[in-house]
Amino acid sequence: MTATTTSARSELSELGRSETALRTFLHGLPGVDQVGAEQRAAQLGTRSIKTTAKAQAIDLAIRMVDLTTLEGADTPGKVRALAAKALRPDPADPSCPHVGAVCVYPAMVPHVAEVLRGSGVHLASVATAFPSGQAPLEIKLADTRAAVAAGADEIDMVINRGAFLAGRYKEVYDEIVATKEAAGDAHLKVILETGELATYDNVRRASWLAMLAGGDFIKTSTGKVPVAATPPVTLVMLEAVRDFRAATGRQVGVKPAGGIKNTKDAIKYLVMVNETVGTDWLDPDWFRFGASSLLNDLLMQRTKLTTGTYSGPDYFTLD
Amino acid sequence: MFEYAPAPESRSVVDLKASYGLFIDGEFVDPADGGSFKSINPASEEVLAEVSEAGTQDVERAVRAARKAYEKVWGPMPGRDRAKYLFRIARLIQERSRELAVLESLDNGKPIKESRDVDLPLVAAHFFYYAGWADKLEHAGFGANPRPIGVAAQVIPWNFPLLMLAWKIAPALAAGNTVVLKPAETTPLTALLFAEICQQAELPAGVVNIITGAGDTGRTLVEHPGVDKVAFTGSTDVGRAIARSVAGTRKKLTLELGGKAANIVFDDAPIDQAVEGIVNGIFFNQGHVCCAGSRLLVQENVADRVLESLKRRMAQLRVGDPLDKNTDIGAINSAAQLERIRELSDAGSAEGAERWSPPCELPDRGFWFAPTIFTGVTQAHRIAREEIFGPVLSVLTFRTPAEAVEKANNTPYGLSAGIWTDKGSRILWMADRLRAGVVWANTFNKFDPTSPFGGYKESGYGREGGRHGLEGYLNV
Amino acid sequence: MSERVAVRKTYKLFIGGKFPRSESGRSYLVQSSNVSLASRKDARDAVVAARAAVKGWAGATAYNRGQILYRAAEMLEGRREQFVALGVPGDEVDAAVDRWVWYAGWADKLSQVYGGANPVAGPYFNLSAPEPTGVVAVVAPERPALLGLVSVIAPAIVTGNTVVVAASPTEPLAAVTLAEVLATSDLPGGVVNILTGRITETAPTLAAHMDVNAIDLTGVTDADLAADLEVKAAENLKRVLRPAPADHDWSADPGVTRMTTLLETKTVWHPKGV
Repeated sequence: MTATTTSARSELSELGRSETALRTFLHGLPGVDQVGAEQRAAQLGTRSIKTTAKAQAIDLAIRMVDLTTLEGADTPGKVRALAAKALRPDPADPSCPHVGAVCVYPAMVPHVAEVLRGSGVHLASVATAFPSGQAPLEIKLADTRAAVAAGADEIDMVINRGAFLAGRYKEVYDEIVATKEAAGDAHLKVILETGELATYDNVRRASWLAMLAGGDFIKTSTGKVPVAATPPVTLVMLEAVRDFRAATGRQVGVKPAGGIKNTKDAIKYLVMVNETVGTDWLDPDWFRFGASSLLNDLLMQRTKLTTGTYSGPDYFTLD
Repeated sequence: MFEYAPAPESRSVVDLKASYGLFIDGEFVDPADGGSFKSINPASEEVLAEVSEAGTQDVERAVRAARKAYEKVWGPMPGRDRAKYLFRIARLIQERSRELAVLESLDNGKPIKESRDVDLPLVAAHFFYYAGWADKLEHAGFGANPRPIGVAAQVIPWNFPLLMLAWKIAPALAAGNTVVLKPAETTPLTALLFAEICQQAELPAGVVNIITGAGDTGRTLVEHPGVDKVAFTGSTDVGRAIARSVAGTRKKLTLELGGKAANIVFDDAPIDQAVEGIVNGIFFNQGHVCCAGSRLLVQENVADRVLESLKRRMAQLRVGDPLDKNTDIGAINSAAQLERIRELSDAGSAEGAERWSPPCELPDRGFWFAPTIFTGVTQAHRIAREEIFGPVLSVLTFRTPAEAVEKANNTPYGLSAGIWTDKGSRILWMADRLRAGVVWANTFNKFDPTSPFGGYKESGYGREGGRHGLEGYLNV
Repeated sequence: MSERVAVRKTYKLFIGGKFPRSESGRSYLVQSSNVSLASRKDARDAVVAARAAVKGWAGATAYNRGQILYRAAEMLEGRREQFVALGVPGDEVDAAVDRWVWYAGWADKLSQVYGGANPVAGPYFNLSAPEPTGVVAVVAPERPALLGLVSVIAPAIVTGNTVVVAASPTEPLAAVTLAEVLATSDLPGGVVNILTGRITETAPTLAAHMDVNAIDLTGVTDADLAADLEVKAAENLKRVLRPAPADHDWSADPGVTRMTTLLETKTVWHPKGV
């Protein structure tokens, strides 16, 4: 790390001390032109990824999946089956890699931990009164501690969107700092819930806020509001992590979640990562997909590349 | 880590003939003196087809066919019926768009993603738009009963062969004129395929005539006394020569010529989108764009940051096979054009500007030039004044809005300009003061059939596109 | 050998892109067919469908609307014989196709003719542009059943409005067949909704409906009814096109009034400064 980035980093770390300083900084970030950002994202979506490149991309995408179930109806049996699938997504093909992580509610963490122990597949738990975040701070922190204690090594927290939209940036910042502390050694993914932030300017500000407060990953969505991850939102977040590393030397990961249903979509995101932040982020440690049905489509496409015929959903496990 | 495998668009959709005649009076005919030349693929230097060279007698024949069609068929035809032919053409272009796009990329060298996603949709839309005018000319603001001019001689360049054809032919036909069009000698093939589309549309013979050839053919055509209207797109020098040659005649003239556009970036610009706009402004179509943003004027207090982002972005540009769907920058259109780009770039270095290109492997065969920027450029440098017409950007700085306007206007050209700032009132203040026919704010190189295009000063006169585009083809 | 027994068509309403029967379960015998007799509830349902379609249709690009309308003209031309079989004269079908094409071309031109920059005395950018008014209720002329219908629908929708049309009660088959043309023309469901039945039943509901922005009374022949509908329309200040004179020539150049009456003009001011 250069001297400049060290001093920039310490200057930036001061921002969290004052509401005024945070606001001045966040509102001083360059604006995002909506039309231009959406056109750029769409343009990246026209890349044609075929044959060997496609095979490589599919395996990478499988390794980046946070296989997720976040339902009121989740049971120990359901999440254990999901964890088993995470370990061996395609039981018929041992060359198929395992996914990046399994993502569940805190109450389900112990059941998943049993299955994943020692496998290299991470165990992520949503916390902080997911998905709305509308609970007292003590409860959100207790939620976080409980998930880590039960075996989660990644915590997906939600930011306080009410406070953010009301302009109380320091409150949002302090909550992330407190959650980071409560999470201990677990990796902290900060969910911005971009569908509720409404503008790309807000997405950029929330991304910086989360990174300044110590988030290890920034994540688009809970999957529980109508608009989840979109390519332009992810593009703006990738630009933010790129600029943040340039300013501070610290690399932060990105996780689009929700709405990524098929291989074609996933590959578009990988192209976007490749051409926006480069190969440093083309790794499950730095880029993840929050998804459930995506995995089966990746598996079907993978089979198509190896066998030459299109498969059908009946040939893959439903978990 | 993540290399994109080759993703070539199939050539098989194009059925190239070994040789092409001239399209006169609804038929392909051999030239009177039998001359011909070859059209090559600039990405590989392979010969694509042998094309006829029209001489004086051929020009005579084409103008006569156009005159007859004007007087007997197209002029008297109700606008409602002219509209239907133009709608047919628009539909045929939509239906055959991939074939046309592939042929355009083969003959011109532009990336397939541009011919497919930009040129062809705009071509079809242009015919569609002017088709709709053919039966409502009395509403266009040029009087109650606007009349066509007669026979239009149209000479177009090689940078957007089919799009320039559309810009010329669609308004001319909508207004009731007939045309003789000469495509550029390095890119005649899509115009000849367009001739087949005219046949398929059963357009009456002689309404559209396409004659191929080089400068001499073009000169003979515009100087022909049977021509009532001349429309030219190309270099300012040739435009000046045409203006001289029609002096003293009754020919109506519109010219769309060179440019040296300023793309002005303020410190409050949406930086990531501005960088995209700079890239699109100069590297779109290999910089073979008359309205290209070839001079970047960046506010001094953000210059380092913008340039750093720009260089990082340029490193992502993929130069190579025009038919590969992932190619961003294709081949330079001809050896002659490559020579001119090289010469001016060398002059840039010689005059003291700092040259930079991202690492990029260029194919062995064909005509290629890596995307290039020059920093430390001043208004006095040749690369800040002359149109390079290639993927070469000259970067200058400014301190205040007034200085940006002064530098932007300090050129004999005046085709286009770009402004990047988050402040709406500044956009409008700048736009008022820029002497340019098209001003893009927080975007660049946007085209639409409804939007008039054309220049101030030595970038030409007359407008193409929109309601204004009819004026050059009506007796007003 | 016995003659083949023909399969007959059921003539139904056209609401939200679907072909429902009247919710009232009623029909009436006209042109030798049982045609749905729309109720007040059907009219209200049609308004809901039309309102739901406004956002997408008004928000589509003018180019896209022009393409779709032109597509409708192509489909109409393709069904020429079907209209002739219903008793529509061939040259009326031709005129209807041509009219449709004429209006299709206006989609991306009207704002160029009917809007523009205003040279206000001050450092301001000032631009006026037309926008669609919203949901338009239309009483179609009784005849010519096809040309008249096309001449009232096309000018309303080309600019981005959506319509609820009360079709000719005496010759409704052309209207239902036109609905089939529109249903196969990439026109989003709900942009055009067609009700068959009694004008006296549907029109008052539409005229009084507070979620309708304009009403076209072209086809109302009874002067008292027209006046009553206009009074009802005044409640929420609907834009009104008054009934056509009895001797109206439907083949003449329609001009732009039908389009402009159903538009709002929006003027935008913005300062100019560094």
